[in-house]
Amino acid sequence: MNWKRAGIAALAAVPIIALFAWGFTKDPNAIPSPLPGRAAPDFSLPVFSPGQPPMTLPVGDTVRLASLRGQVVVLNFWASWCLSCRDEHRTLSQFAKRYAGKPVHFLGVLYNDRTAPALQWIEEMGGQEYPSVNDPDAHTAINYGLYGVPETYFIDGNGRVAYKQTGPVTDAILTREVDSLMAALPPSARTGGSADSAAAGLAPGTKGLQ
Amino acid sequence: MRRFRGTLAGALLAAAAAAAPAALGAQQARVDTALPTPQLTPADSALDAQTAAVASQLRCPVCQGESIQDSPSELAMQMRDVVKEQLRAGKTPAEVKAYFVSKYGEWILLEPTTHGFNKVLYAAPYVLLLGGLGLIFVAVKRWSANGTGQERSEQE
Repeated sequence: MNWKRAGIAALAAVPIIALFAWGFTKDPNAIPSPLPGRAAPDFSLPVFSPGQPPMTLPVGDTVRLASLRGQVVVLNFWASWCLSCRDEHRTLSQFAKRYAGKPVHFLGVLYNDRTAPALQWIEEMGGQEYPSVNDPDAHTAINYGLYGVPETYFIDGNGRVAYKQTGPVTDAILTREVDSLMAALPPSARTGGSADSAAAGLAPGTKGLQ
Repeated sequence: MRRFRGTLAGALLAAAAAAAPAALGAQQARVDTALPTPQLTPADSALDAQTAAVASQLRCPVCQGESIQDSPSELAMQMRDVVKEQLRAGKTPAEVKAYFVSKYGEWILLEPTTHGFNKVLYAAPYVLLLGGLGLIFVAVKRWSANGTGQERSEQE
């Protein structure tokens, strides 16, 4: 009788222990994003930091995401007050430089920050290879379901969010995501580069790459 | 020299006395012009109330268990603005909540929906309560049966 009771108690405990074990494998701070697999929300935001040649975009011009269709887009939300953004800055900037001329477009989006300290931060960090746009009311950030910085979105050639990185991005993640997304592009698109597209599409004062 | 100092001090005092009312006047004018003109229409109040109602159902992404209505964080403030803008544009509270769910997932809702797996969440307390009551019932029945049996054996 006692053995029977012990068996029943053990059986009842198994699902509870299993639930706890499953819970320990999850990060309690991680918020699963529903965006991957869906169309990336469009935006039109003004350039405040031009980036370095050949990725330069004129300050004051507007970048529209829809106009970058056909290329891979790496969208990085950052702020000058964000410590983790310092960790990934060098990696991102160097990666962007290495991939210049390939059909991938890197864009920084300033989140909850002012452009003056952001520009100063870029200078302190030794520059930013790619241009950055400003999102003063955080509407774009909210549209992307952002809850902190840094967050990086990888958008495929069809304008769909393929992957979202919460926290600092690493070279391994960048290589994995960008390479796989570039490989999925049609052969004709693989020849164009971000420098070409930037030069061809963003005439001063235009509403983005058309 | 002493006379010069006295004259200088006097001149400074006079200048300060003359400038004070002017500065005060200017400040008063600034305050007067900066005063907000409270002209809240009933429609504005209704929109504010509706915004507060929706915002209190949405979780602040950068806080711990706080709604965007209660949180003083900048992101919560910006999210409240989005709620208000969407309501003003004619969206229903359900549509506004659906917008935030499409961006942040169901996690953004402070109260989970009653769809899918969430039904288990809502049903689990009642099922456990009923199970517990059933166990207590069975246990009490057994104890009373054992007690009666013992009494009988003692009487015998």
